[in-house]
Amino acid sequence: MTTIIGGIGTSHVPAVGAAIDHGKQEEPYWRSYFEKIQPAREWMASQRPDVCIVVYNDHASAFSLKLIPTFALGVATEFQPADEGYGPRQVPTVQGHPELAWHLAESLIGDEFDITIANEMDVDHGLTVPLSVMFGEPDAWPCRIIPLCVNVIQYPPPSGKRCFDLGRAIRRALDSYDGSDADSMKVAVFGTGGMSHQLQGERAGLINTDFDHAFMDELIAQPGVSCGRPHDEYIREAGSEGIELVMWFVMRGALDDHVDEVFRMHHVPTSNTSNGLLILQNAH
Amino acid sequence: MAAVRDYDDIPGTYVFDGRRSQQGYHLNMFCMSLNIEANRERFGADEHTYLDGFDLTLSQRQAVLERDWLGMLRLGGNIYYTFKLAIFDGLSMQDVGGSMSGISSQEFTQMMIDGGRPVAGNRRIGESPESPSS
Repeated sequence: MTTIIGGIGTSHVPAVGAAIDHGKQEEPYWRSYFEKIQPAREWMASQRPDVCIVVYNDHASAFSLKLIPTFALGVATEFQPADEGYGPRQVPTVQGHPELAWHLAESLIGDEFDITIANEMDVDHGLTVPLSVMFGEPDAWPCRIIPLCVNVIQYPPPSGKRCFDLGRAIRRALDSYDGSDADSMKVAVFGTGGMSHQLQGERAGLINTDFDHAFMDELIAQPGVSCGRPHDEYIREAGSEGIELVMWFVMRGALDDHVDEVFRMHHVPTSNTSNGLLILQNAH
Repeated sequence: MAAVRDYDDIPGTYVFDGRRSQQGYHLNMFCMSLNIEANRERFGADEHTYLDGFDLTLSQRQAVLERDWLGMLRLGGNIYYTFKLAIFDGLSMQDVGGSMSGISSQEFTQMMIDGGRPVAGNRRIGESPESPSS
């Protein structure tokens, strides 16, 4: 049995990664955002997780239209930053945790979540930017990472309820893990993507701050209800790419029914996106 | 697949469903190929010859060559794929967002700084900005 130190909901905006990689954090456009997230980085540094399960989506990097797994779990020893067209981000290689990842795969499939198992999977900004947001610029990431990639590019993505139920199944798997390092293992779960944004079409640039805050409030207080929000409502209210928010429900499902809000940040804009960062812990 | 979708009345939005995925498969896979540096070099050296290697329709090919970002979406392009071409050109998401919505990159960037495009008036085709929220 592992200890869950918390859940992190965060946007995974590529421009945030680029601002870090190119030293732009002090520029006027970026300064306020990086100041606002500093308490979250301090919280993370104080928690020192051993493993982070990062729920994210691939953006035409490891997967293309050739093969579109709805849920793909990375079981490898390591995962390389992907070349998304600019050359790979110059960030550390992501070190996996094959023993726990395989336990997750066996437990989830036994629990009727028919996930895809990935032995080779480059990871793009969807995974590496949340690490940069929470850990800054270390020489090596300070913990092992298990990538859980969700299709939200090819419509339809999985429902919010399916994601919430998957999170609950992940929790059952973490509770039943009996690997050699299980008793001392501290785990954090990231749900990434969002918040409201639309990158495409004449409606590009759509932002809905009221939706974003209501989403976070409901994620905390009544996730079993709010996970039922239909896809067209996300697209209409939070933009076509706002539908990424279903991935936050995987994180929420891995936590207890009752959680405390440790930290909340909301910032507009980062690139074409409304940026949210939420930290939740099981209620004491 | 249902002929009418519950998101079809959302303005200015090209939901990448099965219909668009079928239409845009080769266009998107061309864009995907630009993830590989050697392919970027080949495309940069001769766009026409490089495009001969992909089964694009004439209008898709034209949209690529003309960098018609909205046209590519209408022809089945997915923004995460077509943005690979924008990256190749050194463009930002604000450049492409401005192009698709008919304003300059500077105007688009300023719109985002001012809080983004409001959802009021943009929920349904034909809705006026004063319409009450749903």
